[in-house]
Amino acid sequence: MKIVTILKQVPDAEARVRASGGTLDLSGATLVIDGMDEYGVEEALRIRERGMETEIVALACGPERAAEAIRTALAMGVDRAVHVVSDVTLDAVAMARVLAGVVQDEAPELVFVGGKQADWDSSALGPALAEALGWPHADWTTELTFEDGTITVTHDIDDGTETLTLPLPAVVTTQQGLNEPRYPTLPNIMKAKRKTLEARPLADVAAAAGAPADRATELRASEIEARSRRNVVLDGDAKTAATELVRRLRDEAKVL
Amino acid sequence: MILIVIDHADGAPRKSAYELVSLGRALTGDDGSLTALVAGDAPGAVAQEIARFVPRVLTVSAPELAPPRAETMTRAVAHAATTLGAEAVLVGASRFGLSYSPRVAMRLGAPLLEDVTALERDGDGYVAKRLSYLARVTETVAASAPTVVVSVKPGAAAAADPAASAGEVTELEVPFEPDDVRVGVASRRAATKGRVALEDADVVVAGGRGFGSAETFDDLVVGLADALGAGVGSTRAVVDAGWRPYGEQIGQTGKTVAPRLYLALAVSGAVQHLSGMNRSKVIVAVNKDADAPIFRVADYGIVGDVLEVVPALQEAVAGLD
Ligand SMILES: Cc1cc2nc3c(=O)[nH]c(=O)nc-3n(C[C@H](O)[C@H](O)[C@H](O)COP(=O)(O)OP(=O)(O)OC[C@H]3O[C@@H](n4cnc5c(N)ncnc54)[C@H](O)[C@@H]3O)c2cc1C
Ligand SMILES: Nc1ncnc2c1ncn2[C@@H]1O[C@H](COP(=O)(O)O)[C@@H](O)[C@H]1O
Repeated sequence: MKIVTILKQVPDAEARVRASGGTLDLSGATLVIDGMDEYGVEEALRIRERGMETEIVALACGPERAAEAIRTALAMGVDRAVHVVSDVTLDAVAMARVLAGVVQDEAPELVFVGGKQADWDSSALGPALAEALGWPHADWTTELTFEDGTITVTHDIDDGTETLTLPLPAVVTTQQGLNEPRYPTLPNIMKAKRKTLEARPLADVAAAAGAPADRATELRASEIEARSRRNVVLDGDAKTAATELVRRLRDEAKVL
Repeated sequence: MILIVIDHADGAPRKSAYELVSLGRALTGDDGSLTALVAGDAPGAVAQEIARFVPRVLTVSAPELAPPRAETMTRAVAHAATTLGAEAVLVGASRFGLSYSPRVAMRLGAPLLEDVTALERDGDGYVAKRLSYLARVTETVAASAPTVVVSVKPGAAAAADPAASAGEVTELEVPFEPDDVRVGVASRRAATKGRVALEDADVVVAGGRGFGSAETFDDLVVGLADALGAGVGSTRAVVDAGWRPYGEQIGQTGKTVAPRLYLALAVSGAVQHLSGMNRSKVIVAVNKDADAPIFRVADYGIVGDVLEVVPALQEAVAGLD
């Protein structure tokens, strides 16, 4: 079994994001491996630990600094990694085209992708990658088991959950509930320093994949979302405050 | 020509379908070219309903679409877009829409404007607003290509009114392939049977860890939601504790909602939770901690104990009519 886990480096959720002049300023923000991607790394490790001989390859596309997030995956236990070094901030469709080339070369049975990237707020990478590869996909996966040549997954849908069986190879997008990702131990952090982290320039990878080395869409501006809110605090005991709230929701905000 | 794909459940369009009609009308300038696609194993009733709103409705009726799968929808939508020469394909950004729309874009070689909150024409292309960085940043994104695929966040437009005259319904044959049904659907489980679907709810009552137990949550949060005809939402803490199903979780790893009214009860207001509800029109917070971050995004707040405030709210709501 060979598994590719795709990951992204994103600002820590608690990090302050700032924007000025229509561009985002991430300087000073702590950057980490996307929490959503850790579930895929963890799941791959657990598949191996259950006794299936498994090679696990981490794959990321991002600037030089993304290597730090890749090191986290290596320290968790991934065997080796490929880093497509890009200073262009690709969108999901463009990145899927580029990564599909690397996945094709690696020829794994299974690809894990984080369910929704915390920087893009996008869940498109997994399905777009699956389509580029001509493979099936399952998204928002909370349970995964193997049976000769197929996987069975439980995943969230709009009105509940669904259990699917997919032939391999397949793309699976991961989320909370699938497992509890481990923290790298100090010995494993040391060991990770000796693992192979192959850096390849975006232009080369894109050319080999026959994909454009640029976005499919144009990002014109990024601004901080600020909504003005009334911020009214209602005083009094519970009954007084509750009655006043319901009155205001009906008469003032007109939402009841 | 603009193609809108109608999301439907239980024989009726979802609320988002009527919002796509509004957007589609604005983009076509109401020139009669707006076309709706209704795909399913028995799309007839939904198609008739949507024909009251759009001049042209295409139905795709196939056993491959029961239940719908990402790959069968991709085939149907991509085929319709190609056959009709659609300039834009608009899909509701439900979980399902977000699952197949990237595949449609990839198959058509089209750019994807994902989960947009606004969409306009821009020369030969389109310009959209979308949220990023856990809904703290608003991006302006543009795309120009012969076909552009757009997934539209629920609430991005007002629901449309019916048109003056009914549209024409025609059937479209779609050449499904064996691979389209290679994913087997073993079972489906509805999580919110009998209750208004969270994404379609005008009012959402959400509870957090402060309720202390599943029983108290049921009594107070679900009780108030039922009194208001509202959807029930939860924080991750509640879901992790096993009090409520994952399908009710709101936030980064859960659902995104933008109802008219959102009540956050004993919810601290972590960024991951806010990213799923900060576009609600009016937000109410009840929390015993006056410094809880949820108050910063609230229109109305009550600093107090939910065990006292929520029963009082139930009473006040009961006295409304
Ligand atoms: C990768 C990742 C993804 C995540 N995704 C999500 C997500 O999608 N959705 C989500 O919700 N969270 C998500 N989280 C978790 C999030 O960070 C918070 O931990 C979570 O939202 C907290 O839930 P809570 O508000 O119920 O609990 P708490 O933070 O424990 O807050 C409970 C609140 O209730 C108040 N309270 C307690 N008792 C009472 C009382 N009797 N009366 C009134 N108030 C009371 C307290 O003052 C407190 O403010 C995610 C975290 C990570 C790392
Ligand atoms: N939030 C965290 N971020 C980074 N490392 C952590 C975190 N929590 C625990 N660790 C480290 O992970 C290792 C195992 O942690 P634990 O299993 O939580 O005791 C220890 O070295 C901890 O210091």
